[in-house]
Amino acid sequence: MIISDLGQELAQLGLGLLRALPFMIGYVLLILLFALVWRLVKRALTPRRDFTSLKTVTFGDESAVVSNTVASVISVVVVFLLWGAFTGSALLPRFLHAPGPFIGQGSFTYTVEAADGRRDDARVDVTVYDKDGVVDPAAVAPGEGIAKDDSIALQAYRSKLLLWDANDEVTRKDGARIVAIDGKPVGPGGEVETAIGRVAVTDKGTLNVVPAQGMQMEEIWLPAPEAVWHRLITIWRDGYQNVTLAEHLSYSLFRVVVGFLLGAIVGIPLGYAMGLSDWFRGWFDPIVEFMRPVPPLALIPLVIIWAGIGEQGKIILLFLAALWIMAIAARSGVSGVKISKVHAAYSLGASKVQILRHVIIPNSLPEIFTGARVAMGVCWGTVVAAELVAAEKGIGKMIVAAAKFQSTDIVIMGIILIGVIGFGIDLLMRWAERILVPWKGKG
Amino acid sequence: MSGLAIENISMRFDLPGGASVQALKDVSLTLAPGELLSVLGPSGCGKTTLLNIVAGFLAPTEGRIVLNGHEVKGPDAERGMVFQQGALFEWMNVRENVGFGPSMKGMPAAEKRQIVDHLLEVVGLKDFKEKAVYELSGGMQQRVALARCLANDPDVILMDEPLGALDALTREKMQSLVLKLWKETGKTIILITHSVEEALLLGERLLVMAPRPGRIHKEYRLPFAELGVGKDLRQVKKHPDFARTREEILGMIWDMEEEIMGQPGAGE
Ligand SMILES: Nc1ncnc2c1ncn2[C@@H]1O[C@H](COP(=O)(O)OP(=O)(O)OP(=O)(O)O)[C@@H](O)[C@H]1O
Ligand SMILES: [Mg+2]
Repeated sequence: MIISDLGQELAQLGLGLLRALPFMIGYVLLILLFALVWRLVKRALTPRRDFTSLKTVTFGDESAVVSNTVASVISVVVVFLLWGAFTGSALLPRFLHAPGPFIGQGSFTYTVEAADGRRDDARVDVTVYDKDGVVDPAAVAPGEGIAKDDSIALQAYRSKLLLWDANDEVTRKDGARIVAIDGKPVGPGGEVETAIGRVAVTDKGTLNVVPAQGMQMEEIWLPAPEAVWHRLITIWRDGYQNVTLAEHLSYSLFRVVVGFLLGAIVGIPLGYAMGLSDWFRGWFDPIVEFMRPVPPLALIPLVIIWAGIGEQGKIILLFLAALWIMAIAARSGVSGVKISKVHAAYSLGASKVQILRHVIIPNSLPEIFTGARVAMGVCWGTVVAAELVAAEKGIGKMIVAAAKFQSTDIVIMGIILIGVIGFGIDLLMRWAERILVPWKGKG
Repeated sequence: MSGLAIENISMRFDLPGGASVQALKDVSLTLAPGELLSVLGPSGCGKTTLLNIVAGFLAPTEGRIVLNGHEVKGPDAERGMVFQQGALFEWMNVRENVGFGPSMKGMPAAEKRQIVDHLLEVVGLKDFKEKAVYELSGGMQQRVALARCLANDPDVILMDEPLGALDALTREKMQSLVLKLWKETGKTIILITHSVEEALLLGERLLVMAPRPGRIHKEYRLPFAELGVGKDLRQVKKHPDFARTREEILGMIWDMEEEIMGQPGAGE
């Protein structure tokens, strides 16, 4: 039962992947294309030979592979280009846009066969307008024959049913039915590609007009980059739902910083105790080892039950998220001290307290910093998730609220902000690490 | 009575599962103040264990260590230690590393500075005072380790393969430095090495140990350390006795190694 269900899911997934495959291949080709272009440009520009260019073995030589800045820049630019191209961004010249939806006028013909076998063709004039400009259906002369010409107007990306027999001499009630569209034979349930898009015959015999959608994304799925940017500016100025963006962000950051600091203040001494005393180690090992694999997100429901959706609950959650990481980092920092360093300190006359202060603690700092970086990352992820579930303010809260109103531009803006801030936190931690523990990895 | 006495030391390590290793058996030795002893022996014969017992990091299962009339109970600043590598504190610069012992004792800053400056001058690192230790070469790091040990003015200096990780040329310079420091400071030194040449050059007395159980196999008294002080060590190596003793000891160690290889997995 479960197996067959899962099998179906897997098949669905496979199908989706298969559909995405051409796009992925296209993207890879794009990467290779730029690589080739850059190689040619570089060869043309710089005859310079550095050490790496003298190496014949670069594949598998880790030191020969450093991140290529040009590739990084192009990569980011391409992301925005693709985004703009597939949303019809006004920032890009038209020729870079992916094919857009059909907008304008066109027509198709349908062929009716009456119950007694008579046949006649009729023309349908189609007007497709975009969401900003509603247009009425064009007036048409009905024309000759048993089937009369029709007209229809509809919005891009939408479909519309056409009751073709409303003005015809023979109707579906009389047994008349559509046998061809644009001359191509079709029956109920079938469809035909026409100049304006797909035209399908429904099971009941009416026509369903689906104008061509092109390859661009509709705004409610993915807004153009400039729309997101404008949204950022207006929200920055006016706030969203009476809360300013700065307030949303500072609530989230406040929770992370306080939760992390509490976690570090408790976790580091706990880790030291575990690293220095077998009793503490034995006492806390089961607890830490059990809590470590529990993702903090899994604690959200419990924390909400216990502490509600206020600040306390969230800070407890982040405290727990940081606590185990910091405790484990401190513990391994202590147990990672080389015994020869401790021995050296002892035979230089240091007391136990002095060894703790001058050897064990400094020796554990690099590990603790690594732990702190991980903990900050986890806390940032956890706070956003917790706010998605329940909060009054916070960047996560802002994007779920926006999602309820289909404000995709705000959702995307929020996601980008979350990413940028997460990245900024990591940069900050790395910078602090470089300044405060320059001996990291040099032991 | 002054000097270092190693009295009937035995060391047995109990292994998980009930087995045990007899790392040392009934090792006895006395060193007068200012003597320089080098220790040789095949791998696993208990050299490090012996040194750790003298340093006070390990308590022997039997026997005791007596230094200047009192029994050794644990590590202490009177017995300094120089390790092979990686025992410097990389969170301190060269000056702080060398001044570590005096700082722990709470020595006044001015006095400490004098000692540190003097020792860095002696080991030839006076221009590297403020450098981070991980920026130094391996040989320079060992000089810092020597200076750090001397800053405490210990009675005995214990060295476990202090030059083992250095290249041949640096090693030779360091050997001269060790001899110079020995002569100038008059310390009692025990030096473990894997190099027979180094043991000959740096040993007033030389101990060859045998494995399973670890014990003293043979002891030599050698003239080369005295000859080498302030001289080119390559000249000393040309001494006729040098090559002869070297061959004799090499043969001895070879035989022991063969014996070990011949009975794999044997031993207590
Ligand atoms: N902590 C320990 N637990 C169990 N066995 C040990 C321990 N320390 C040393 N031994 C055993 O004692 C013996 C002597 O070890 P030791 O390290 O003193 O040898 P060594 O002569 O210094 O060797 P090497 O020249 O390779 O440094 C070895 O058989 C080793 O396996
Ligand atoms: Mg050893």
